[in-house]
Amino acid sequence: MLMPDIAMAPHTLPTQHQFNPYTENGGTILAIAGADFSVIAGDTRQSEGYNIQTRYAPKVFRLTDRAVLAVNGFAADGNMFVKKVKQRLEWYRHAHGKDMPLRAIARLIQTMLYARRFFPYYVYNILGGIEEDGTGAVYSFDPVGSYEREACRAAGAAQSLVQPFLDNQIYFKNQTAPPDSAHPTHLPLPTVLSIVIDSFTSATERHIEVGDGLEMYIVLARGRNLAGLEGITGMQELTTTQDGERVFVVRRELKKD
Amino acid sequence: MNSLVDRFASSSSNSIFNAKNLHVVDEDDCSDGAWGSQAGFGSLAKGVPSFEVPAVPDPSAFLRLHTDDHADPSCRIKIQHGTTTLAFRFKGGVIVAVDSRATAGSYVASGTVKKVIEINPYLLGTMAGGAADCQYWETYLGMHCRLHELRNRERISVSAASKYLSNLVYGYKGMGLSMGTMICGWDKTGPAVFYVDSDGTRLKGDLFSVGSGSTFAYGVLDQGYRWDMSDEEAQELGRRSIYAAGHRDAFSGNTVNLYHVKEEGWQFIGNYDISQLHYDGPGNVAGSPGHGYGYETRVGGLSSANPPAVEAQA
Repeated sequence: MLMPDIAMAPHTLPTQHQFNPYTENGGTILAIAGADFSVIAGDTRQSEGYNIQTRYAPKVFRLTDRAVLAVNGFAADGNMFVKKVKQRLEWYRHAHGKDMPLRAIARLIQTMLYARRFFPYYVYNILGGIEEDGTGAVYSFDPVGSYEREACRAAGAAQSLVQPFLDNQIYFKNQTAPPDSAHPTHLPLPTVLSIVIDSFTSATERHIEVGDGLEMYIVLARGRNLAGLEGITGMQELTTTQDGERVFVVRRELKKD
Repeated sequence: MNSLVDRFASSSSNSIFNAKNLHVVDEDDCSDGAWGSQAGFGSLAKGVPSFEVPAVPDPSAFLRLHTDDHADPSCRIKIQHGTTTLAFRFKGGVIVAVDSRATAGSYVASGTVKKVIEINPYLLGTMAGGAADCQYWETYLGMHCRLHELRNRERISVSAASKYLSNLVYGYKGMGLSMGTMICGWDKTGPAVFYVDSDGTRLKGDLFSVGSGSTFAYGVLDQGYRWDMSDEEAQELGRRSIYAAGHRDAFSGNTVNLYHVKEEGWQFIGNYDISQLHYDGPGNVAGSPGHGYGYETRVGGLSSANPPAVEAQA
């Protein structure tokens, strides 16, 4: 019996396979640097498409007592990347008997991301903390490792909602200072915390991939007192060393719908 | 006797004695501090860096599928693009001017990008194309320029540095690197500018502009360029050219960064907001026209509602 041509077709037509190892897990991260502190925050929702996978998946991680890393994009890549950065920082501690300085961590992250130039980590990184000179700092990275030190940066699903707000409130873009006073160059800690909380409650309202919970890490410079943190409830200290920089985490609920 | 040969030669008369002390000697030679980080030279110890490549038949097609935002605007990984950069040689050195906008699709990812990479006090590189490619390879170039100084007891020439970079990126040709850069500096031969890109092109020249706004920059640059400009005129020409590109190219803008390379090394001249250049000009700086580059300059405050007297009569 002769086989009909139609029946042959599925076997003879070339099938196209493509390697697609990436997905997008939503969420937003943000960091703001002050004169002697740094705030790094992220929501805790993890989603794929319209499906919420979990309401608590941390995106912000303490690396050392003076460095906190926020990762956003593809969660599997992000978790693996943070794991590898932490491992390199532990090796550094064993080799040098001290924690790696922030600017060195920033360069380390560049080389680690660029090592995957031809098979990138689908991750947007924001590194926040305290520099060796005691100033607050924020470094932002693209997925293949180009980086820049900034005063504030939002990344992730709601970056286009949050960054313009930050430009206006932190850099005073499109605002005119009153004739008798100039805009401040650095904002006080309570103001920054309010801006961070407002950014996330607003992003939760208008972006479906943002919500559930908020984690804010606060890094204080060596010798800085706790001024500005008095009214903050449920603050937890994560510092491991004495007389150095101090790290705190504050958790807040965000809307879950 | 050579201590190194002695220590490892089994035929040596006192090799047994040395073998006993081997552990002690090793601990002295190699401190705890060196363990695990190649004594701080981890980045150079392994020679040329190695890259992870996906296990697929065509790795560059994989990279293109996920990163090329021209072919597919909805692709996941957006590499920053869009730029205007320029550099030109004149009797007073080299002027390097760039904008500071980075775009991912139509989103302005950053308005404060440093597109001039300070390789060392005598060498500058500009950034166009992939931001990470330029940043990473020009930093890497800086490390090798320093090694050249240590090995040869003199600074590397701009020609040699640019050739080092061009040979480096040529080794990755077709794999998806994207960079268009000008390596600028002052060496034994005087001021020098080399254009290097990721295709492997390397050109020596007096005047280059690279990026999506380069045509606009060339327009201003070519009509104002002379070899025997004063330093002030040259700086003003660089500033004005980037302004023109920032004004007419949507992918360029925000601010101008201006550098001047002289015999003593490069010097940062200033950062200028392009909107401010449009309305008020560069302010009280050398070469400033004393007024804005934009609208007001061209129409002299006149508009259709307030036309010049001659036209009003006609």
